[in-house]
Amino acid sequence: MGAMPAIPLDRVALEASGLKKSFREREAGERHWRQVDAVAGIDLVVPRREILGILGPNGSGKSTLIRMMATLLIPDAGYVRVFGLDATRDRMAVRRLINRVSVEASFFKKLTATENLAYATGLYGVSNRESQQEAARILERLGLPAQKLRVPLEQLSRGQQQKVAIARALLTSPNLMLLDEPTTGLDPKSRREVQEFILEVRATHDATIIISTHDMEEADRICDRVAIIDRGRFVALDTPKGLKSTYGQGGDSLEAVFFNLIGSTLEQDTIDA
Amino acid sequence: MLAVQVARESQAVWALVRRNFHLIRRYLGWEVVFLFYNVVNTLTIGLIGLAMPAGTARNREVVYLAIGALLWNFLSILFQEVSNSVQWERWEGTIEYSFMAPIHRLTYLGGVCLWAVLYGLVRTVVVLLGVAFFFHISVGGADLVGAAMVLLASSVPFIGLGLMAAVLPLLSTERGAQATQVIQGVLLLISGVYYPVAVLPHWIGWASVLSPATYTLEYVRQAVLSGAGVVSLIPVSLGLLLSGVVLIPIGLIIFTVAERYAMHRGTLKRNG
Repeated sequence: MGAMPAIPLDRVALEASGLKKSFREREAGERHWRQVDAVAGIDLVVPRREILGILGPNGSGKSTLIRMMATLLIPDAGYVRVFGLDATRDRMAVRRLINRVSVEASFFKKLTATENLAYATGLYGVSNRESQQEAARILERLGLPAQKLRVPLEQLSRGQQQKVAIARALLTSPNLMLLDEPTTGLDPKSRREVQEFILEVRATHDATIIISTHDMEEADRICDRVAIIDRGRFVALDTPKGLKSTYGQGGDSLEAVFFNLIGSTLEQDTIDA
Repeated sequence: MLAVQVARESQAVWALVRRNFHLIRRYLGWEVVFLFYNVVNTLTIGLIGLAMPAGTARNREVVYLAIGALLWNFLSILFQEVSNSVQWERWEGTIEYSFMAPIHRLTYLGGVCLWAVLYGLVRTVVVLLGVAFFFHISVGGADLVGAAMVLLASSVPFIGLGLMAAVLPLLSTERGAQATQVIQGVLLLISGVYYPVAVLPHWIGWASVLSPATYTLEYVRQAVLSGAGVVSLIPVSLGLLLSGVVLIPIGLIIFTVAERYAMHRGTLKRNG
Protein backbone atom coordinates (compact mmCIF):
# COMPACT_ATOMS: atom_id res chain seq x y z
CA MET A 1 0.00 0.00 0.00
CA GLY A 2 1.24 3.51 -0.79
CA ALA A 3 2.67 5.56 2.04
CA MET A 4 0.13 7.79 3.74
CA PRO A 5 1.25 11.44 3.77
CA ALA A 6 1.42 13.17 7.15
CA ILE A 7 -1.46 15.68 7.11
CA PRO A 8 -1.90 18.41 9.74
CA LEU A 9 -5.10 17.74 11.72
CA ASP A 10 -6.68 21.06 10.79
CA ARG A 11 -6.49 20.00 7.18
CA VAL A 12 -8.10 16.60 7.68
CA ALA A 13 -11.64 16.21 6.34
CA LEU A 14 -12.10 12.57 7.24
CA GLU A 15 -10.17 10.13 9.34
CA ALA A 16 -10.98 6.46 9.79
CA SER A 17 -9.08 4.06 11.96
CA GLY A 18 -9.41 0.32 12.53
CA LEU A 19 -12.81 0.41 10.90
CA LYS A 20 -14.67 -2.90 10.87
CA LYS A 21 -18.19 -3.97 10.06
CA SER A 22 -19.66 -7.42 9.63
CA PHE A 23 -23.17 -8.65 8.93
CA ARG A 24 -25.06 -11.84 9.46
CA GLU A 25 -26.18 -13.40 6.21
CA ARG A 26 -28.21 -16.44 5.25
CA GLU A 27 -28.75 -17.70 1.74
CA ALA A 28 -32.22 -18.87 0.74
CA GLY A 29 -32.67 -22.41 2.02
CA GLU A 30 -29.76 -22.19 4.47
CA ARG A 31 -30.51 -22.90 8.12
CA HIS A 32 -27.59 -21.22 9.74
CA TRP A 33 -26.46 -17.63 9.69
CA ARG A 34 -22.90 -16.83 8.76
CA GLN A 35 -20.81 -13.80 9.58
CA VAL A 36 -19.61 -11.79 6.60
CA ASP A 37 -16.88 -9.21 7.09
CA ALA A 38 -17.94 -6.32 4.87
CA VAL A 39 -15.22 -3.96 6.13
CA ALA A 40 -12.33 -5.71 7.78
CA GLY A 41 -10.01 -3.04 9.16
CA ILE A 42 -9.64 0.19 7.26
CA ASP A 43 -7.39 3.13 8.12
CA LEU A 44 -7.75 6.28 6.10
CA VAL A 45 -6.96 9.98 6.23
CA VAL A 46 -8.53 12.27 3.66
CA PRO A 47 -7.26 15.85 3.53
CA ARG A 48 -9.57 18.77 2.83
CA ARG A 49 -10.42 19.40 -0.83
CA GLU A 50 -9.17 15.99 -1.91
CA ILE A 51 -11.13 13.80 -4.29
CA LEU A 52 -10.57 10.26 -3.10
CA GLY A 53 -11.72 7.40 -5.30
CA ILE A 54 -12.61 3.99 -3.93
CA LEU A 55 -12.36 1.22 -6.48
CA GLY A 56 -13.43 -2.33 -5.85
CA PRO A 57 -15.44 -5.22 -7.24
CA ASN A 58 -19.07 -5.84 -6.25
CA GLY A 59 -19.38 -6.81 -2.60
CA SER A 60 -15.91 -5.56 -1.71
CA GLY A 61 -17.23 -3.21 1.02
CA LYS A 62 -17.39 0.14 -0.80
CA SER A 63 -21.00 0.96 0.06
CA THR A 64 -20.67 -0.28 3.65
CA LEU A 65 -17.65 1.97 4.10
CA ILE A 66 -19.50 4.98 2.69
CA ARG A 67 -22.55 4.22 4.86
CA MET A 68 -20.35 4.29 7.96
CA MET A 69 -18.90 7.63 6.85
CA ALA A 70 -22.46 8.86 6.27
CA THR A 71 -23.53 8.03 9.89
CA LEU A 72 -25.97 5.42 8.61
CA LEU A 73 -24.09 2.43 9.98
CA ILE A 74 -22.41 2.07 13.34
CA PRO A 75 -18.98 0.40 13.07
CA ASP A 76 -18.31 -2.79 15.03
CA ALA A 77 -14.82 -1.48 15.75
CA GLY A 78 -12.77 1.59 14.99
CA TYR A 79 -14.03 5.07 14.25
CA VAL A 80 -14.78 7.62 11.58
CA ARG A 81 -14.11 11.29 12.27
CA VAL A 82 -15.37 14.03 10.02
CA PHE A 83 -13.58 17.33 10.56
CA GLY A 84 -12.62 16.00 13.98
CA LEU A 85 -16.16 14.97 14.96
CA ASP A 86 -16.94 11.34 15.73
CA ALA A 87 -19.51 9.97 13.26
CA THR A 88 -21.19 7.87 15.95
CA ARG A 89 -21.08 10.13 19.01
CA ASP A 90 -21.46 13.50 17.25
CA ARG A 91 -23.83 12.19 14.61
CA MET A 92 -25.97 15.31 14.39
CA ALA A 93 -23.03 17.67 13.97
CA VAL A 94 -21.44 15.41 11.36
CA ARG A 95 -24.70 15.27 9.42
CA ARG A 96 -24.62 19.04 9.00
CA LEU A 97 -21.27 18.73 7.24
CA ILE A 98 -21.98 15.88 4.84
CA ASN A 99 -24.32 14.69 2.15
CA ARG A 100 -24.45 11.62 0.02
CA VAL A 101 -25.43 10.44 -3.43
CA SER A 102 -26.15 6.73 -3.62
CA VAL A 103 -26.08 4.39 -6.57
CA GLU A 104 -29.89 4.36 -6.67
CA ALA A 105 -31.36 7.83 -7.12
CA SER A 106 -33.76 7.46 -4.18
CA PHE A 107 -36.75 9.76 -4.50
CA PHE A 108 -40.48 9.88 -4.08
CA LYS A 109 -41.06 8.82 -7.65
CA LYS A 110 -44.52 10.37 -8.04
CA LEU A 111 -43.28 13.77 -6.90
CA THR A 112 -41.56 16.22 -9.24
CA ALA A 113 -37.90 17.10 -8.90
CA THR A 114 -38.95 20.46 -7.45
CA GLU A 115 -41.13 18.81 -4.79
CA ASN A 116 -38.47 16.23 -3.93
CA LEU A 117 -35.80 18.90 -3.60
CA ALA A 118 -38.07 21.10 -1.49
CA TYR A 119 -38.58 18.19 0.90
CA ALA A 120 -34.91 17.21 1.04
CA THR A 121 -33.61 20.74 1.57
CA GLY A 122 -36.43 21.57 4.00
CA LEU A 123 -35.01 18.85 6.27
CA TYR A 124 -31.72 20.77 6.25
CA GLY A 125 -33.40 24.09 7.01
CA VAL A 126 -32.82 25.53 3.53
CA SER A 127 -35.68 27.80 2.46
CA ASN A 128 -37.82 26.66 -0.44
CA ARG A 129 -37.19 29.73 -2.62
CA GLU A 130 -33.44 29.54 -2.09
CA SER A 131 -33.34 25.83 -2.93
CA GLN A 132 -35.44 26.21 -6.09
CA GLN A 133 -33.19 28.92 -7.50
CA GLU A 134 -30.02 27.05 -6.71
CA ALA A 135 -31.45 23.72 -7.97
CA ALA A 136 -32.34 25.28 -11.31
CA ARG A 137 -28.80 26.65 -11.62
CA ILE A 138 -27.12 23.35 -10.72
CA LEU A 139 -29.36 21.28 -12.98
CA GLU A 140 -28.89 23.63 -15.88
CA ARG A 141 -25.15 23.27 -15.36
CA LEU A 142 -25.62 19.49 -15.43
CA GLY A 143 -27.57 19.73 -18.68
CA LEU A 144 -31.07 19.04 -17.33
CA PRO A 145 -33.70 21.28 -18.97
CA ALA A 146 -35.70 23.45 -16.54
CA GLN A 147 -39.05 21.94 -17.60
CA LYS A 148 -37.88 18.54 -16.36
CA LEU A 149 -38.03 19.94 -12.82
CA ARG A 150 -41.81 19.95 -13.02
CA VAL A 151 -42.48 16.36 -14.10
CA PRO A 152 -42.67 13.36 -11.74
CA LEU A 153 -39.28 11.77 -11.15
CA GLU A 154 -40.53 8.44 -12.50
CA GLN A 155 -40.77 10.07 -15.93
CA LEU A 156 -37.09 11.02 -15.96
CA SER A 157 -34.33 8.73 -17.22
CA ARG A 158 -31.95 7.19 -14.74
CA GLY A 159 -29.26 9.63 -15.73
CA GLN A 160 -31.59 12.59 -15.24
CA GLN A 161 -32.66 11.25 -11.83
CA GLN A 162 -29.04 10.90 -10.84
CA LYS A 163 -28.41 14.54 -11.77
CA VAL A 164 -31.29 15.58 -9.52
CA ALA A 165 -29.74 13.43 -6.77
CA ILE A 166 -26.44 15.27 -7.17
CA ALA A 167 -28.28 18.60 -7.00
CA ARG A 168 -30.06 17.42 -3.84
CA ALA A 169 -26.74 16.69 -2.16
CA LEU A 170 -25.17 19.98 -3.23
CA LEU A 171 -28.10 22.16 -2.17
CA THR A 172 -27.19 21.62 1.46
CA SER A 173 -23.65 22.93 0.84
CA PRO A 174 -21.84 19.92 2.33
CA ASN A 175 -18.19 20.16 3.25
CA LEU A 176 -17.81 16.45 2.60
CA MET A 177 -19.64 14.77 -0.26
CA LEU A 178 -19.97 11.01 -0.30
CA LEU A 179 -20.70 9.75 -3.78
CA ASP A 180 -21.53 6.06 -4.02
CA GLU A 181 -21.23 5.12 -7.68
CA PRO A 182 -22.91 8.32 -8.86
CA THR A 183 -22.21 7.73 -12.55
CA THR A 184 -23.23 4.08 -12.75
CA GLY A 185 -25.79 3.64 -15.52
CA LEU A 186 -25.23 7.08 -17.04
CA ASP A 187 -24.56 7.55 -20.74
CA PRO A 188 -21.04 8.73 -21.65
CA LYS A 189 -22.13 12.36 -22.11
CA SER A 190 -23.95 12.50 -18.77
CA ARG A 191 -21.06 10.74 -17.09
CA ARG A 192 -18.66 13.32 -18.44
CA GLU A 193 -20.96 16.18 -17.33
CA VAL A 194 -21.15 14.77 -13.80
CA GLN A 195 -17.38 14.30 -13.64
CA GLU A 196 -16.78 17.87 -14.77
CA PHE A 197 -19.25 19.05 -12.20
CA ILE A 198 -17.53 17.13 -9.41
CA LEU A 199 -14.28 18.87 -10.28
CA GLU A 200 -16.09 22.21 -10.37
CA VAL A 201 -17.68 21.58 -6.95
CA ARG A 202 -14.31 20.87 -5.41
CA ALA A 203 -12.90 24.06 -6.95
CA THR A 204 -15.77 26.36 -6.05
CA HIS A 205 -17.26 24.93 -2.83
CA ASP A 206 -14.12 23.99 -0.91
CA ALA A 207 -15.61 20.51 -0.74
CA THR A 208 -13.91 17.21 -0.04
CA ILE A 209 -15.24 14.36 -2.14
CA ILE A 210 -15.12 10.62 -1.59
CA ILE A 211 -16.36 8.71 -4.59
CA SER A 212 -16.80 4.98 -5.05
CA THR A 213 -16.82 3.81 -8.63
CA HIS A 214 -16.35 0.89 -11.00
CA ASP A 215 -15.13 3.20 -13.70
CA MET A 216 -11.33 3.10 -13.86
CA GLU A 217 -11.13 5.93 -16.37
CA GLU A 218 -13.27 8.09 -14.11
CA ALA A 219 -11.07 7.36 -11.11
CA ASP A 220 -7.95 8.09 -13.13
CA ARG A 221 -9.38 11.33 -14.47
CA ILE A 222 -10.88 13.03 -11.43
CA CYS A 223 -9.36 11.49 -8.30
CA ASP A 224 -6.32 12.85 -6.49
CA ARG A 225 -5.83 9.50 -4.84
CA VAL A 226 -7.41 6.10 -5.38
CA ALA A 227 -7.94 3.35 -2.83
CA ILE A 228 -8.48 -0.16 -4.10
CA ILE A 229 -10.63 -2.21 -1.79
CA ASP A 230 -10.96 -5.96 -1.76
CA ARG A 231 -12.84 -8.10 0.76
CA GLY A 232 -13.21 -5.17 3.12
CA ARG A 233 -9.56 -4.09 3.09
CA PHE A 234 -7.61 -1.48 1.18
CA VAL A 235 -5.02 -3.33 -0.86
CA ALA A 236 -3.56 -0.13 -2.32
CA LEU A 237 -3.88 3.59 -1.78
CA ASP A 238 -1.99 6.14 -3.81
CA THR A 239 -2.27 8.67 -6.59
CA PRO A 240 -3.35 7.14 -9.92
CA LYS A 241 0.15 7.75 -11.20
CA GLY A 242 1.70 6.19 -8.11
CA LEU A 243 -0.53 3.13 -8.40
CA LYS A 244 0.36 2.66 -12.02
CA SER A 245 4.06 2.93 -11.37
CA THR A 246 3.97 0.62 -8.34
CA TYR A 247 1.48 -2.03 -9.44
CA GLY A 248 1.14 -1.57 -13.20
CA GLN A 249 3.12 -3.55 -15.68
CA GLY A 250 5.02 -0.98 -17.61
CA GLY A 251 3.03 1.99 -16.31
CA ASP A 252 -0.18 1.07 -18.13
CA SER A 253 -3.80 1.80 -17.21
CA LEU A 254 -5.51 1.84 -13.83
CA GLU A 255 -7.56 -1.10 -15.04
CA ALA A 256 -4.39 -3.16 -15.35
CA VAL A 257 -3.44 -2.16 -11.80
CA PHE A 258 -6.89 -3.18 -10.59
CA PHE A 259 -6.66 -6.61 -12.19
CA ASN A 260 -3.13 -7.11 -10.98
CA LEU A 261 -4.19 -6.39 -7.42
CA ILE A 262 -7.50 -8.23 -7.21
CA GLY A 263 -7.63 -10.40 -10.28
CA SER A 264 -7.28 -13.54 -8.17
CA THR A 265 -10.32 -12.51 -6.13
CA LEU A 266 -12.40 -12.02 -9.25
CA GLU A 267 -11.34 -15.42 -10.57
CA GLN A 268 -12.19 -17.05 -7.23
CA ASP A 269 -15.60 -15.34 -7.25
CA THR A 270 -16.28 -16.70 -10.73
CA ILE A 271 -15.40 -20.22 -9.56
CA ASP A 272 -17.58 -19.82 -6.43
CA ALA A 273 -20.49 -18.61 -8.54
CA MET B 1 -28.38 29.77 18.36
CA LEU B 2 -31.44 28.15 19.90
CA ALA B 3 -33.71 30.31 17.74
CA VAL B 4 -31.84 29.18 14.62
CA GLN B 5 -32.18 25.57 15.68
CA VAL B 6 -35.92 25.95 16.37
CA ALA B 7 -36.44 27.68 13.00
CA ARG B 8 -34.55 24.89 11.26
CA GLU B 9 -36.51 22.14 12.99
CA SER B 10 -39.82 23.95 12.26
CA GLN B 11 -38.85 24.15 8.61
CA ALA B 12 -38.24 20.40 8.64
CA VAL B 13 -41.69 19.75 10.17
CA TRP B 14 -43.25 21.89 7.47
CA ALA B 15 -41.21 20.07 4.78
CA LEU B 16 -42.67 16.75 5.95
CA VAL B 17 -46.24 18.06 5.97
CA ARG B 18 -45.79 19.60 2.52
CA ARG B 19 -44.25 16.39 1.15
CA ASN B 20 -47.20 14.32 2.32
CA PHE B 21 -49.64 16.83 0.89
CA HIS B 22 -47.91 16.57 -2.51
CA LEU B 23 -48.02 12.79 -2.29
CA ILE B 24 -51.78 12.89 -1.65
CA ARG B 25 -52.17 15.09 -4.75
CA ARG B 26 -50.22 12.62 -6.86
CA TYR B 27 -52.28 9.69 -5.62
CA LEU B 28 -55.56 11.60 -5.82
CA GLY B 29 -57.38 8.77 -7.58
CA TRP B 30 -56.63 6.44 -4.70
CA GLU B 31 -57.61 9.11 -2.18
CA VAL B 32 -61.02 9.45 -3.79
CA VAL B 33 -61.46 5.68 -3.74
CA PHE B 34 -60.43 5.42 -0.06
CA LEU B 35 -62.70 8.29 0.90
CA PHE B 36 -65.63 6.82 -1.01
CA TYR B 37 -65.04 3.48 0.72
CA ASN B 38 -64.85 5.20 4.13
CA VAL B 39 -68.13 7.01 3.56
CA VAL B 40 -69.92 3.90 2.28
CA ASN B 41 -68.48 1.75 5.06
CA THR B 42 -69.68 4.21 7.71
CA LEU B 43 -73.12 4.38 6.13
CA THR B 44 -73.49 0.60 5.99
CA ILE B 45 -72.54 0.36 9.65
CA GLY B 46 -75.12 3.07 10.49
CA LEU B 47 -77.72 1.17 8.46
CA ILE B 48 -77.39 -1.77 10.83
CA GLY B 49 -78.98 0.53 13.44
CA LEU B 50 -81.83 1.34 11.09
CA ALA B 51 -82.80 -2.32 11.08
CA MET B 52 -84.16 -1.82 14.63
CA PRO B 53 -87.85 -0.93 15.19
CA ALA B 54 -88.59 2.79 14.68
CA GLY B 55 -88.25 5.04 17.72
CA THR B 56 -85.76 6.76 19.98
CA ALA B 57 -83.74 3.61 20.50
CA ARG B 58 -83.25 3.24 16.76
CA ASN B 59 -81.94 6.79 16.36
CA ARG B 60 -79.66 6.24 19.30
CA GLU B 61 -78.34 3.02 17.84
CA VAL B 62 -77.63 4.65 14.47
CA VAL B 63 -75.73 7.49 16.18
CA TYR B 64 -73.94 4.99 18.46
CA LEU B 65 -72.67 3.02 15.46
CA ALA B 66 -71.90 6.11 13.38
CA ILE B 67 -69.78 7.54 16.20
CA GLY B 68 -67.88 4.26 16.37
CA ALA B 69 -67.25 4.25 12.63
CA LEU B 70 -66.24 7.93 12.53
CA LEU B 71 -63.91 7.73 15.50
CA TRP B 72 -62.34 4.53 14.29
CA ASN B 73 -61.87 6.21 10.93
CA PHE B 74 -59.98 9.09 12.57
CA LEU B 75 -57.94 7.04 15.01
CA SER B 76 -57.00 4.39 12.47
CA ILE B 77 -55.83 7.06 9.98
CA LEU B 78 -53.73 8.58 12.75
CA PHE B 79 -52.25 5.24 13.71
CA GLN B 80 -51.63 4.16 10.11
CA GLU B 81 -50.05 7.41 8.96
CA VAL B 82 -47.61 7.40 11.85
CA SER B 83 -46.81 3.71 11.82
CA ASN B 84 -46.53 3.50 8.01
CA SER B 85 -44.23 6.50 7.71
CA VAL B 86 -41.11 4.35 7.91
CA GLN B 87 -42.55 1.71 5.60
CA TRP B 88 -43.42 4.33 3.02
CA GLU B 89 -39.86 5.69 3.04
CA ARG B 90 -38.55 2.17 2.62
CA TRP B 91 -40.73 1.55 -0.43
CA GLU B 92 -39.49 4.74 -2.04
CA GLY B 93 -35.88 4.14 -0.97
CA THR B 94 -35.64 7.56 0.70
CA ILE B 95 -35.28 6.36 4.29
CA GLU B 96 -31.51 6.81 4.44
CA TYR B 97 -31.78 10.35 3.12
CA SER B 98 -34.52 11.34 5.56
CA PHE B 99 -32.72 9.77 8.51
CA MET B 100 -29.39 11.30 7.49
CA ALA B 101 -30.79 14.82 7.76
CA PRO B 102 -29.44 16.83 10.72
CA ILE B 103 -32.73 17.01 12.59
CA HIS B 104 -33.88 15.45 15.84
CA ARG B 105 -35.89 12.29 15.42
CA LEU B 106 -38.63 13.99 17.43
CA THR B 107 -38.81 16.62 14.67
CA TYR B 108 -39.19 14.00 11.97
CA LEU B 109 -41.84 12.15 13.90
CA GLY B 110 -43.51 15.43 14.92
CA GLY B 111 -43.91 16.32 11.23
CA VAL B 112 -45.36 12.90 10.50
CA CYS B 113 -47.79 13.21 13.45
CA LEU B 114 -48.88 16.74 12.56
CA TRP B 115 -49.69 15.61 9.05
CA ALA B 116 -51.55 12.56 10.42
CA VAL B 117 -53.78 14.72 12.65
CA LEU B 118 -54.57 17.22 9.86
CA TYR B 119 -55.20 14.51 7.28
CA GLY B 120 -57.29 12.42 9.69
CA LEU B 121 -59.43 15.41 10.63
CA VAL B 122 -60.12 16.38 7.01
CA ARG B 123 -61.06 12.85 6.00
CA THR B 124 -63.25 12.36 9.06
CA VAL B 125 -65.10 15.63 8.46
CA VAL B 126 -65.85 14.52 4.88
CA VAL B 127 -67.22 11.21 6.18
CA LEU B 128 -69.20 13.07 8.85
CA LEU B 129 -70.82 15.24 6.18
CA GLY B 130 -71.75 12.08 4.25
CA VAL B 131 -73.30 10.53 7.37
CA ALA B 132 -75.25 13.72 8.24
CA PHE B 133 -76.57 13.97 4.69
CA PHE B 134 -77.62 10.31 4.53
CA PHE B 135 -79.23 9.76 7.92
CA HIS B 136 -80.70 13.19 8.74
CA ILE B 137 -79.97 12.45 12.39
CA SER B 138 -80.81 15.03 15.00
CA VAL B 139 -78.08 15.55 17.59
CA GLY B 140 -79.74 18.56 19.15
CA GLY B 141 -78.93 17.59 22.75
CA ALA B 142 -75.32 16.72 22.00
CA ASP B 143 -72.38 18.57 23.45
CA LEU B 144 -70.20 18.66 20.31
CA VAL B 145 -67.53 20.84 21.93
CA GLY B 146 -67.06 18.24 24.65
CA ALA B 147 -66.92 15.47 22.04
CA ALA B 148 -64.27 17.37 20.05
CA MET B 149 -62.25 17.95 23.22
CA VAL B 150 -62.15 14.22 24.03
CA LEU B 151 -61.32 13.40 20.42
CA LEU B 152 -58.38 15.79 20.27
CA ALA B 153 -57.09 14.61 23.64
CA SER B 154 -57.21 11.01 22.40
CA SER B 155 -55.01 11.91 19.40
CA VAL B 156 -52.05 12.27 21.77
CA PRO B 157 -51.92 8.67 23.11
CA PHE B 158 -52.73 7.33 19.65
CA ILE B 159 -49.68 9.13 18.29
CA GLY B 160 -47.65 7.43 21.04
CA LEU B 161 -49.01 4.03 19.99
CA GLY B 162 -48.27 4.90 16.35
CA LEU B 163 -44.66 5.71 17.24
CA MET B 164 -44.29 2.32 18.90
CA ALA B 165 -45.81 0.60 15.86
CA ALA B 166 -43.55 2.58 13.48
CA VAL B 167 -40.63 0.72 15.04
CA LEU B 168 -41.75 -2.58 13.52
CA PRO B 169 -41.00 -1.74 9.85
CA LEU B 170 -37.68 -0.37 11.08
CA LEU B 171 -36.79 -3.73 12.59
CA SER B 172 -38.18 -6.02 9.93
CA THR B 173 -38.47 -5.03 6.31
CA GLU B 174 -40.62 -7.99 5.39
CA ARG B 175 -42.92 -8.40 8.36
CA GLY B 176 -42.99 -5.01 10.06
CA ALA B 177 -45.91 -3.57 8.12
CA GLN B 178 -47.99 -6.69 8.62
CA ALA B 179 -47.38 -6.57 12.36
CA THR B 180 -48.74 -3.02 12.57
CA GLN B 181 -51.97 -4.26 10.98
CA VAL B 182 -52.23 -6.88 13.71
CA ILE B 183 -51.90 -4.19 16.40
CA GLN B 184 -54.57 -2.12 14.71
CA GLY B 185 -56.84 -5.15 14.52
CA VAL B 186 -56.44 -5.85 18.23
CA LEU B 187 -57.31 -2.21 19.07
CA LEU B 188 -60.43 -2.49 16.91
CA LEU B 189 -61.46 -5.63 18.75
CA ILE B 190 -60.93 -4.50 22.33
CA SER B 191 -61.93 -0.82 22.20
CA GLY B 192 -65.69 -1.15 21.80
CA VAL B 193 -65.88 0.54 18.43
CA TYR B 194 -69.25 -0.95 17.47
CA TYR B 195 -70.36 -2.55 20.74
CA PRO B 196 -69.97 -1.98 24.49
CA VAL B 197 -66.76 -3.55 25.79
CA ALA B 198 -68.93 -5.36 28.37
CA VAL B 199 -69.91 -7.89 25.68
CA LEU B 200 -66.32 -9.00 25.19
CA PRO B 201 -65.40 -12.40 26.69
CA HIS B 202 -63.59 -12.04 29.99
CA TRP B 203 -60.30 -13.46 28.68
CA ILE B 204 -59.98 -10.51 26.29
CA GLY B 205 -62.34 -7.97 27.83
CA TRP B 206 -59.83 -6.91 30.50
CA ALA B 207 -57.53 -5.61 27.77
CA SER B 208 -60.05 -2.91 26.83
CA VAL B 209 -58.91 -0.79 29.80
CA LEU B 210 -55.47 -0.53 28.16
CA SER B 211 -56.72 1.00 24.91
CA PRO B 212 -57.09 4.81 24.79
CA ALA B 213 -59.78 4.31 22.13
CA THR B 214 -62.05 2.66 24.74
CA TYR B 215 -62.26 5.91 26.71
CA THR B 216 -62.49 8.08 23.61
CA LEU B 217 -65.45 6.13 22.29
CA GLU B 218 -67.23 5.90 25.63
CA TYR B 219 -66.98 9.60 26.44
CA VAL B 220 -67.60 10.95 22.95
CA ARG B 221 -70.78 8.85 22.95
CA GLN B 222 -71.71 10.29 26.34
CA ALA B 223 -71.23 13.82 24.94
CA VAL B 224 -73.22 13.18 21.78
CA LEU B 225 -75.92 10.81 23.01
CA SER B 226 -76.41 12.03 26.58
CA GLY B 227 -75.18 15.62 26.26
CA ALA B 228 -72.40 15.21 28.83
CA GLY B 229 -70.87 18.68 29.23
CA VAL B 230 -67.31 19.90 28.82
CA VAL B 231 -66.76 20.11 32.58
CA SER B 232 -67.71 16.49 33.16
CA LEU B 233 -65.41 15.44 30.30
CA ILE B 234 -62.34 17.28 31.58
CA PRO B 235 -61.11 14.40 33.81
CA VAL B 236 -61.17 11.83 31.01
CA SER B 237 -59.60 14.32 28.57
CA LEU B 238 -56.82 14.99 31.07
CA GLY B 239 -56.42 11.25 31.57
CA LEU B 240 -56.05 10.73 27.83
CA LEU B 241 -53.55 13.59 27.59
CA LEU B 242 -51.61 12.18 30.51
CA SER B 243 -51.49 8.73 28.91
CA GLY B 244 -50.18 10.45 25.76
CA VAL B 245 -47.54 12.29 27.77
CA VAL B 246 -46.37 8.87 28.97
CA LEU B 247 -46.79 6.98 25.68
CA ILE B 248 -45.12 9.50 23.35
CA PRO B 249 -41.75 9.58 25.18
CA ILE B 250 -41.89 5.79 25.51
CA GLY B 251 -42.63 5.56 21.77
CA LEU B 252 -39.79 7.94 21.02
CA ILE B 253 -37.34 6.04 23.21
CA ILE B 254 -38.33 2.74 21.60
CA PHE B 255 -37.97 4.32 18.16
CA THR B 256 -34.52 5.70 18.95
CA VAL B 257 -33.32 2.37 20.33
CA ALA B 258 -34.72 0.55 17.28
CA GLU B 259 -33.07 3.03 14.92
CA ARG B 260 -29.73 2.45 16.62
CA TYR B 261 -30.26 -1.30 16.38
CA ALA B 262 -31.04 -0.90 12.65
CA MET B 263 -27.85 1.14 12.25
CA HIS B 264 -25.91 -1.69 13.84
CA ARG B 265 -27.53 -4.39 11.75
CA GLY B 266 -27.56 -2.40 8.53
CA THR B 267 -31.33 -2.66 8.05
CA LEU B 268 -31.91 1.06 7.57
CA LYS B 269 -31.42 0.84 3.83
CA ARG B 270 -34.16 0.12 1.27
CA ASN B 271 -33.91 -3.67 1.23
CA GLY B 272 -32.99 -4.14 4.85
